[in-house]
Formats: sequence, structure tokens, C-alpha cells
Amino acid sequence: MAAREPENVGTLVAPGSDVLGPGHSYGSVTDKISSIVLTRGTGNKYKVGLGVAVMLLLMLNFGVTVLFAIGVGIWGINIPVGWGFAITNFVWWIGIGHAGTLISAFLLLMRQKWRTSINRFAEAMTLFAVACAGTFPLLHMGRPWLFYYLLPYPDTMGVWPQFRSPLVWDVFAVSTYATVSLLFWYVGLIPDLATLRDRATKKFKQVIYGAFALGWRGSARHWKRYEMAGLLLAGLATPLVVSVHTVVSFDFTIAIIPGWHSTIFPPYFVAGAIYSGFAMVVALAVPLRKYYGLEDFLTIRHLDNMGKMMLATGMIVAYSYVMETFMAFYSGNKFDIFMIMNRMTGPYAGVYWTLIAVNLVIPQLLWSSKIRRNPLWLWVLSFSVQTGMWLERYMIIVTSLHRDFIPSSWGMFYPTKWDYIIFVGTIGLFFTLFYLFVRFLPMISIFEMRDLVHKTAEEAES
Amino acid sequence: MKDKNFIDLASVRAGLENGGKKRFWRSLEQLADTEEYQKLARQEFPPNPPVKETQPGLSRRNMLKLMAASAGLAGLTACTKLPIEHITPYVRPSEEFVPGHPLFYATSMPRPEGGATGLLVKSHMGRPTKVEGNPDHPGSLGSTDVFGQASVLDLWDPDRAQTVMHGGAITNYSEFLELLGQLRNLYLTQKGAGFRILTETVTSPTLGSQLKSLMAEFPEARWHQYTPVNRHAEREGLRAVYGEFLSTYYKFDQADVIVSLDADFLCSGRGGVRYSRDFADKRRIKDPHSSMSRMYVVESMATITGASADHRLPLKPSQIEAFATALAAAVGVKDVEPGSQAAEGVPAGWITGLVRDLQQHRGGGIVLAGEQQPPRVHALAHAINAALGNAGKTVIYTDPIEAQPVNEIESIRELAADMNAGKVDTLLIIGGNPVYNAPADLEFEKALDKVNLRLRLGIYNDETSYRCHWFIPQVHFMEGWSDDRAHDGTACMVQPLIAPLYGNRSPHEVIGALLGDAGRTPHEWVHGYWADQKLASTVEYETFWETCLEKGVVRGTAFPAKAVTPKPDFAAALPKSSNGKGAGAGSMEIAFRPDPTVWDGSYNNNSWLQELPKPLTTMTWDNAAYISVKTAEQLGVVSEDVVEVNIQGRKLRVPVWILPGHADGCLTVTFGYGRARAGKVGNGTGFNAYSIWTSDTPGFAPISKPGKTGDHYNLVTMQRHSIITEGGHKEEIESKSAFNRDLVRVASLDEFRSNPDFAADPPEETTQAPNLYPRQDYSKGYQWAMAIDMNSCVGCNSCVIACYAENNIAVVGKEQVDAGRIMQWIRVDTYWRGSLENPETYHVVMPCMHCENAPCEYVCPVGATVHSPEGLNLMVYNRCVGTRYCSNNCPYKVRRFNFELFSDWKTPSLYGVRNPDVTVRSRGVMEKCTYCVQRIKEAEIRTQVENRTIQDGEVVTACQQACPTQAIVFGNINDPNSKISNQKAQSRNYVLLAELNVRPRTSYLARLRNPNPEIKE
Repeated sequence: MAAREPENVGTLVAPGSDVLGPGHSYGSVTDKISSIVLTRGTGNKYKVGLGVAVMLLLMLNFGVTVLFAIGVGIWGINIPVGWGFAITNFVWWIGIGHAGTLISAFLLLMRQKWRTSINRFAEAMTLFAVACAGTFPLLHMGRPWLFYYLLPYPDTMGVWPQFRSPLVWDVFAVSTYATVSLLFWYVGLIPDLATLRDRATKKFKQVIYGAFALGWRGSARHWKRYEMAGLLLAGLATPLVVSVHTVVSFDFTIAIIPGWHSTIFPPYFVAGAIYSGFAMVVALAVPLRKYYGLEDFLTIRHLDNMGKMMLATGMIVAYSYVMETFMAFYSGNKFDIFMIMNRMTGPYAGVYWTLIAVNLVIPQLLWSSKIRRNPLWLWVLSFSVQTGMWLERYMIIVTSLHRDFIPSSWGMFYPTKWDYIIFVGTIGLFFTLFYLFVRFLPMISIFEMRDLVHKTAEEAES
Repeated sequence: MKDKNFIDLASVRAGLENGGKKRFWRSLEQLADTEEYQKLARQEFPPNPPVKETQPGLSRRNMLKLMAASAGLAGLTACTKLPIEHITPYVRPSEEFVPGHPLFYATSMPRPEGGATGLLVKSHMGRPTKVEGNPDHPGSLGSTDVFGQASVLDLWDPDRAQTVMHGGAITNYSEFLELLGQLRNLYLTQKGAGFRILTETVTSPTLGSQLKSLMAEFPEARWHQYTPVNRHAEREGLRAVYGEFLSTYYKFDQADVIVSLDADFLCSGRGGVRYSRDFADKRRIKDPHSSMSRMYVVESMATITGASADHRLPLKPSQIEAFATALAAAVGVKDVEPGSQAAEGVPAGWITGLVRDLQQHRGGGIVLAGEQQPPRVHALAHAINAALGNAGKTVIYTDPIEAQPVNEIESIRELAADMNAGKVDTLLIIGGNPVYNAPADLEFEKALDKVNLRLRLGIYNDETSYRCHWFIPQVHFMEGWSDDRAHDGTACMVQPLIAPLYGNRSPHEVIGALLGDAGRTPHEWVHGYWADQKLASTVEYETFWETCLEKGVVRGTAFPAKAVTPKPDFAAALPKSSNGKGAGAGSMEIAFRPDPTVWDGSYNNNSWLQELPKPLTTMTWDNAAYISVKTAEQLGVVSEDVVEVNIQGRKLRVPVWILPGHADGCLTVTFGYGRARAGKVGNGTGFNAYSIWTSDTPGFAPISKPGKTGDHYNLVTMQRHSIITEGGHKEEIESKSAFNRDLVRVASLDEFRSNPDFAADPPEETTQAPNLYPRQDYSKGYQWAMAIDMNSCVGCNSCVIACYAENNIAVVGKEQVDAGRIMQWIRVDTYWRGSLENPETYHVVMPCMHCENAPCEYVCPVGATVHSPEGLNLMVYNRCVGTRYCSNNCPYKVRRFNFELFSDWKTPSLYGVRNPDVTVRSRGVMEKCTYCVQRIKEAEIRTQVENRTIQDGEVVTACQQACPTQAIVFGNINDPNSKISNQKAQSRNYVLLAELNVRPRTSYLARLRNPNPEIKE
């Protein structure tokens, strides 16, 4: 069952634009992207990369095994610092996911055509980041085998979750996010899966891709319904860009701890999430572009746009830092003033000033279009931002808790090797999934690229 | 080694030639078979206890014979009828044993230094689980100190010795009895020559009389007594003034002015619990018209007594003698000249102000000296009391409570000398642990090895037991009959609650066997002794006996006060202190004192006490050399740096710890640590101060400047103290913040009188802020609440151990405490105010606040912590999934989390000590203070059955019950006449962090100070 190709196959050649290299036709786009999956095979660099990622994943398995056997005592957490790396990592990963949703849903509704070539792998990134994030609430529990107590299931004792707790809201927010992200991603894949099914030469691949393509034939009715479904899902996913991290920020704002109890958190967290998410997209896009020769699809314009997004959201985050400090003094609340002073001059001052440097000062380089348009520079900056965003969550969690109201209970958090093993392990999980994704699925949406070719050609004509 | 023998090569060759025997050889020394080699081999493979000859192999025939005989004899044991020894419960005696209903029995806990604390022990189905104070015991009045509370854990300690040992092999008690029989026959003929007994201070009347009878039978034998931490100096000081052995006790409830010369009398040492109560009673404030006593403390170490003082002066131990001399001269003690050093370190006007205060309260003052001080200071203190007319009024003299008072340092010195001289053939050591804790200069261990037969009755197979041929496990006091005396001489009963767990033996039995009466049980000895006292007619004796057991004390046996007058010429004959030598301002000193949690080492294997944060420092699991901030600068060290202290060639490497308020120019080390054979808990903890402690300088010793070693040792405290230099002076930022946040509220008595509401929270902080959720109705039923009077609390930590025992709290160990995971539900926080040289010290006792708007409750995702209609903030362990959000959101940080499986689920003997009414928590569960909800529920169930309401005072929390100063009050605030309502109505009542609108149920009563207006500081 061959998919019916458009009539003008092979004849239409787009002259190129700032988001698409010149001289691409439907066929060349399809060839280029599907060949990565179907014909190009597995190179040595790929094998090494996947190998490293799998090693890290195994390390995660080891860490989690020990964690389940002994308990969260293997970490450095204590009283007063009851949350450490686990929640930091959770917020960080969830934040990273946000860029994917933003690109695929929000920018779709905004009719931003430059999103086309990055949305697929950004969505995959979202999904994998949510998978990494989702492990931490589970792992950080004292008795993870009782995780289902947080779900509103019909308990014979009539006990429900305690709905005033933001942790319960988290369960709903994150599970909704994971579900919608998965659906959106999968629905977006269906026409491409059909293309792969049609182009696959081996029976096994044909069967697998065919099964997942759900009988897609590319008929007009298919396309009509498909467009509508995509639009609906985008409508569903768009509020999630804002809501998920808002709810995550409630984990802190609902508490009464100075440094957590703050109304600025929801927008601050959402902006921070998109900030780190775009940094992660850049971190993935630059090597993919280079390794698979996708410069035509992932143009300098894309990088430039993502740099601008990082700059914009980074400025919101910077504004939040300033306002947080200002409000502490403006409120005259002695606990808040102490908290801010302790952040800046206390035992964790190093974390704070590193954060200011890598998250606020260094990203100012993005004002320069030369740097935004230089893949290497942008790539390096993306790591600065990701480090900064991780440190930001670490700072919020640890420095607020370690010295709160009663000075006799002040303490310190020193991460143990297990904290690092599990954190780095989830990075392994993320990259393992991502490596498998680029190998087995089209990392750029083929049909949308064809659409882009069409539109670019039309624009050139008119 | 200078005179090391060179190996004689000829003998090596000879050894090689005779190689037929020794095919393999370890070293040339072995071949030469030198004496040194033998010595080395002896050290490596301990020579004693000498190994007993093993039984030659059994033949099959003999084996069968023995089996048949055993089977036959086994049947015979069924015919043995154990004597019935009735014990009598204390309160609410039930007609029958009701499962699930605990019974209380009165008993007494003998202390190493003599004297006993009266206890009521809770027995669950025959299992002692919890200790309370005995209200009828004059030394307790219903309260206990940390040692009393922790004693129940010792009973169940899996490391206790469980078998009779002979020569390193397990044997049985009847063989030992056989030996005792032989010894008795031998020494009867020798009149006891060569036979010695070493005990701790004996205050048990029965044991004393047994030992005296034994000494009468063996006139040439000697009975030595030795306890390292004891009233050695006080005994000698009293003898110097009054010419005889005396005991003293103090009436702090009648003292308006108290002067402590290095005496840490609150909750420490003999009568400490009672003294704390009396002291607090005299300072209890009801309203602005109340008065309180004034206390001056001159001390070298920073102690809880100093923390309770109105005026505190840190002085080097040797300077305290000069201070005492100056004070004595100023109050008019005859023939005492103030020395030239008198004013050193003492602010101007201090002594004059103090003297005027003392003289204004003649007959209402107490001057007392601490054990670290030499006899001379004790003598001066007693002379001052006599000169001020305090003697007989606030300072009471009685006959000694010891069965036979001796100068114990002399006693052990004499024993060591005799052992070295070969005059001791047989030594029976009962209790104590002299190999570990005898003064280092006596080299007791070496001397002990020269004794031919060494017998030992002890609770642990410890350092001393290990060096003895025979070892008999001794009973814990909850297992065996005995008697003892309180600090005022009142006889008290040691009533067993449980049969010996491991067939342990009592000293009464062993001495009884030596007296030729091996069949007589300890019960019969004690019962018989009191029958002989003729306190009741023969007909009524059994009733009398039961009353004694029920109440735990023998009524009316307190020693009468003794009228004594100082010897006219005592001042001239006062012993010159050897410690004072060369103790100028520039030289260093080291002071020795018992440890606040493991005492002299007797409690070293008790994990509750090891983990208990020490007062002021909150150090756990270790001791250290405490020094002042200034001394640390002089030595160029910071906390945790290891220094080497050298006294007469004996060296001790010990980490220092900077303690604000410690006197400059001296180090203080505590005893009780660095033990080699304490047990699984105690081994490897701390540093052995005994290793540099000598018999001629028992209190303190001059030392040269301790050398820095460059090593670092990790000391672990519960509360972190970050001492920083700010603006040129040292500050501790935790304390500074605590005062900024009004956690500690304090005023002088005069300020309080002019402004009784000084501690009140501002009204804008106490009004109910609007709330999204409907407010719970707290106007009906019982509403439980607690008030802690910080003016009464002395920071003794009894509440903490009581909570451990009552609530099955897990011990986590040093590493986990270091990680910040100590599990205690109630803690004593310490804050300082003023310069770190001599700060004012404040305690804040922190249980759960049971907030009405509890911030922990609304963040729990599973509803594992909820509010009860009675105002309790409950923890539902079953439901807890361990997100720790509640702890993060607790502003008081009173929640504790089981990061790992901290409770010991494996050691069977520890099952015994657990309170069956409280869940033993598992891994991954949050826990915290419950206001002893199990006690509340017990009372509710009981009163519902009786169809009445709970009366005020019927529910007592464990911390409240243990508190020696009754600083903790608990009850129903819906009852306007309850004690708790009265406390909360006081103007000093305040809550912590009122501005958070969490509305805590636990409140505090502000601290007051009563400084002398004449003394400006």
C-alpha cells in the first residue's frame, strides 16, 4: 500500500529561504531524513556515544538498586535539608522538557514556520526529559513502593490523597504533561512512520513501522482529520507549557520557608524552564546538525532564533533574581532578609555567585548576533545556561532549607557519591533514549518539511 | 629500650641444632628463647587467664555413662522448688496480672559513687521497659536524671556478660562456689592474710554489714573501696574541718544565696536530682511579687550549673582556690589570709558584692565546692558556711552514708602497693573497673598481674574482668535484691523486676558464700538484715517489709542532722594543695571531670547516653578537651585539632573543642571514654582521660603548653555552632540569630517586676490571620497543650532520654548524627548571649509544637500527618510515604526521618526494652513528638470505663515526668483550673515564631535572672 505522493513529486524545487537550504524538493527532503533511519546505518561515533550513554544508564540502575535496598539515607539529605539532588534534578528535567512543548504546540499555534525542523526532536527531548524527571519523585520517597498512595484510587479504607498538598498537584500536572506530550509526539509521527514503512526494504521494518503507522495512507480525509487532531492537541498542550512548571513551583511557594514562600515563583519558574529547555535543544541540535549534515534544515536562522529565546527568557529569570532580592529587603521581613544575605554570603555563597555568573552574566553574550549565529559559541553557552538552571534549583532548595527559622537546627547538605551517580545516571537514561530515537525514528518531521518546501516555493513564486 | 638483650648467637645455634623440635621458627629471638621473646609472646597471646586443663577425650563407654546420668539427673531438677520471693508493686496494684496493663515497682539505682536514686520501674508483662522517679524517695521526688532513665537499656544490653568464665573458658557458678568454699577454709586458717576485696563505694547497709562480718572473720584481710569519680576531696575537706567522716546535703529550697566553687551540683552527682528540684522551687516565679534565689558560680568548665547562675565567673581551677581563700577571709573565717593571687581574674567588686550578699542572708546561704577542687577548698567552703551560720540550716551534716567511709584514693594506692609487694594472694573485685579507671601512676594493670588468684564479679566482661582468672556476671539492679541509701541517709530498697536474664549473681551471694552461707539468697540477706534492725515488731515485720518494698524506701531512716563545730585550729592544719604549685596566670592546667553522659565510663556502652548530646556542646559519641576561645588562639588550634597533653611523661592525644565560657589557660577533659572493652557501642569512642590522670593530682594538674599534632579528629555535635569573627570580636551566628528572632526572652527580676509583660508577643502577631480553610473548633473536649518554664529548666537532658525510652526512639550512631539525622523528638538547644569569653547561656527545650495551623499537615500528599480534635498533631506511620515535605515545612525542625532502617530489628534482647504501646518505626517514615499520645489514650480509655473525665495531672508526658525541675507542664487548656491553664495565663508566657501564625500549642515561660545590683558586668 504505497502512500500516494503529491502529483508534482520531483518537479517542485524550492529556492531556499532562511529556514531551509536552497534546492530542496519533496524527494530530497524525504530522502535525506529517512536515509538516516533506513539506509545510513550505524556509524562508529554513534556506537561510542550510545555505549557511553548505556554505561551511564547501567550506573543509574546500580544506584537505584542500592537506593531501594538501603533507603534515601545513602544521599546527603538530612534534617533540615530534606530535599537535595533528587528534587533539584526533578525540577531541572521537567524544565528542560518545556522547550519541546513550547516549540511544537505554542509555536504551531503561532504559525512560526521555523519550528518545523526542530519540533520533532525537541518533542522527543521533552518526552525523555519528563521520563527522567518522573523517576525522581518516586526515587526520593522514603517508601517508594507505596507511591500509589498519591493517586486517587478507590481505596477500601476510603482514604484519598491530601488534595491541599502541591505534591498531589504535581502528580496530576506531571502525568498529564507526560501523557499529552507522548500523544502529541506520536500523532505527529504517524505520517512519517508511514513514509518509513513505504521506504523500508526489509519485512521486519515494514511490519513494525506499518503497525505504528496505524494504516496511514495519506488520503485527503486522513490529512483533514490529522490537521484537526494536531491543532486540538496543540491547544491542549499549550496551557501545559505554563501550568506544569507553575504547579512545580507551587511545591515551594506553598511552603512557609523563607526563600520558597514567594509569589514570584510561577512566572519565574516557567521562564526558567523555557530558558533551560532551549539550551537543551541547542545542545542537541548543534551536534546533530553537524554529524548528520543537516545544515540545510537546521539553519543558522534556527540557531539565531533559539539564542534569542534564551536571551529573552534568561532576562526574565534575571529580573526574578533581582526582584527576589529587592522584595526581601522591601518587605522588611527579618527571615527573608537573612535568607538573601545567607545566600549571598553564607556557606553556599559559592553556589549563588556561580549561578549568577553562568545563568545571568555569561548569557549576556547572546546580545551579540555573531555569537548567536556561531554554532560552537551557542553550544558552549547552552551548557552554561543548563548548569546555571540546575544550580538555581539547588540554590532554592538547599540554601533555603539549610538555615531557616530555628538556628539550633541549621545544618549543611553535602552530596554523597550516590547523589551524583543517580543524577548522572539519568543523563545516561536521557541520552540512551535520544540515541535510540535518532536511529529508529525521523528526527525531523518529513511531512512538515515537505510542507515547508511547498510553502517556500509558493512564497518564492508570489 | 636501653638494656635490650642482644641475642646470644651461641644459643641461636643451639636452638637450630635442636631443630628436631622446632622445625619452623619465627625469629632469632625464638630460637635463642630469650626472656624478651617470652614476654613478647605473652603479650601477643595473653597469658592469663591461664588456660584450664582440658578434659581428656571421652571414651564411648564414658560418654554413654554420662548420658545416662545426665538424663537421670535432668529429671531431678524438676523437683527443685525455687523459693518464692514476693515483690510488691507501687501504684494501682491490680488483683491479678492483667495482660496489657503495666505495673510499677519501686526500686533504687545504686550509683558508682555510692548512694542510690529512687526509681519506679514500669513493667510490661514482667518486662521492665521504662524508668520513672520514685516520688517517695528523697533523692528523686518523682524525677530522674539521664542515668536513671537510661538504666533500663543497660538491663537489656546484648553486650552484658552472660556466662561464668574461668581461664577464658565457659564454666559454671557451682565450680566458683566450690572455689569460694576452699578459699574460705584456707583464709580461716590464715586469718585472711593475703586476701583482699576491692569494691566501689559501698552504701548498701546489707552489703556493708556482710563485708564487715567478713572482715571480722578474716581480721588480716583488707577491704578496699575505690570509685574514680567520688567525693574524695569533700571527705578529706570535711575531715580537715570537723575531724571526722561526715556526709553533707544541702537545702537549696531554703537558700537565698548560693555560691558554687566549681561545683556542678544540678543533676549531677549525689543528690543532684533533688537539688535541681529544690533549686528550681526556690526560683519559681508565679507573679511579679515572687522572689528567687541568687546563684554565683565560679567554675573552669562551662556547665549547666554555670548556665543557671545569675553571676558566673570563669576561673582556672587553681585560681578558684585563691578565690575561696579570699572569700573565706572576707566573711571572717579565722586564720585565713587572702593570698596575693586573690584578685587575679576576678572583676573588681565581685567579692565585696558577693560577701555583702552572703552576710545579708546569714543562715540562708550555701557555699559548696566541686569535686575537682582540692580538700582545702572544700574545707574553706565548709568553714565559710559555719562562719555564716549556714551549717545546720541550709547545709546539713550527717553521719556518712557510706557503710565504711575511707579515703578511696589512699585505699587503691595501698592496694596497688601491696599487690606490687606480693602481699596479695587473692583479690576479689566486685563492680568497678580499676584496670580502666585507676589512677595511671598506680599502674594497676601491672600490679594486678602479680596477684595469684584474681576473682571478679562484674556486669561486663570489661578491661578488669579480662585480666581476672574467674569472672562471674553480676546482676543488673533490676534483677537482684539489695538495698542502698539516699543522699540524706534514707534507706531504700533495690527490688528486682525480673529474674536474672543470664543467671547473673549478686554481690550479696558471693560475699555470702565467703561467709560460709552459700545457700542464702540475696533476698534472704536483705530481708534478714532489715529484720535485724528491729524497725518493726516480729509479728508486723512482713507488713513492714511489704510497705518498704511498695514505697521503695524505709520510712524514717534519714540520718538526723548532726551538730558539728569546726576544729579551732583547722585553718592552720589545712592541707596545702599540691595543685596550686606554679599555677600562675601564664601556665596551663588540665582539669578532669566526669562526663555528663557516660559519667566515669560506667555508662559507656549505653547507646542512649552515647548519642545524648552533652549539655552546652551538644557533642555526641566522643569526649574532647574543652578550651576557651582565647586559649584556642594561644595554642593556635581550632575545634577538632588534635593536641598532645603531657603529664609527667604520660601522653594523651585528644581533639580540642572550643567552648564559650570555658576558663582561659586550661583544658577540661572528661572521663569515661577511650575504653578498650566496653562493648559494641562504647568501643572506640572518645579518648581515655584516665591514661594521664594521677592519684596525686585528682582534680586538675599543671601541664606545659599542649603541643599541636597537626591531626584532625571529627567531633560530632547535634547543634552546629559557627563561630565567626565579626568587627574584630568573635561571634556565634546561631546565637545571634536566635536573639534577633526573639527565640529566647529574658529579663532581670527587677525588669520583670516593672514590666511583667516583657515577654508577650505583639498583638498583631497573635491575632488570628484569615484562613482559606474552615477553622477547627478547639472549644470542646480535651485540648492538650504544654508549657515549658525556661526559668526552671536547667538543661539537664533527662527529658531527652525519657523520650528515647518511652517512644522507642532509634539510635543512629556517630556517622548519622554527623549527617544530621539524630532521631530525638525533644531536644535541648543552647544559645549564648554576650562575649564568648563568659556568655550568658540559655536553653530552649524543643518538642513538637503541635501547631493549630500546622504547616506540616497541609503539605503532606497522603494525609499522613493530621490534626486530632484534641489539638494533637498526629503522625500516621502506616500512611507515610516519606516525601519529607512536612519536615521541610516545619519551622521548628522537630520532625525526624528514618532515612534508613535505624531501629534495631535484629537484636532479640533489645525487643525487651521496647514500649509495647508505641510503634517501632521502619525505614522511610517520618516521626516526631506525639505529646505521648499513648499515655493520653490510656487515660482516656481508663476514664471512659470509669465514666468520668480526665483530671488535671492524670496525663503526664514522659519528658514532664522525668524533668527534675518540673519545668514542663502538660494538660488540658479547656480546663480553666488546670495547671497548664495557669501557666499559660502567666505574663511570661510566649510562643516561638508567633508571627508565622502557626499557633503552636507548646509555649514557653520567659527566663529571669536575679543579678546582684552591686556587681556590674
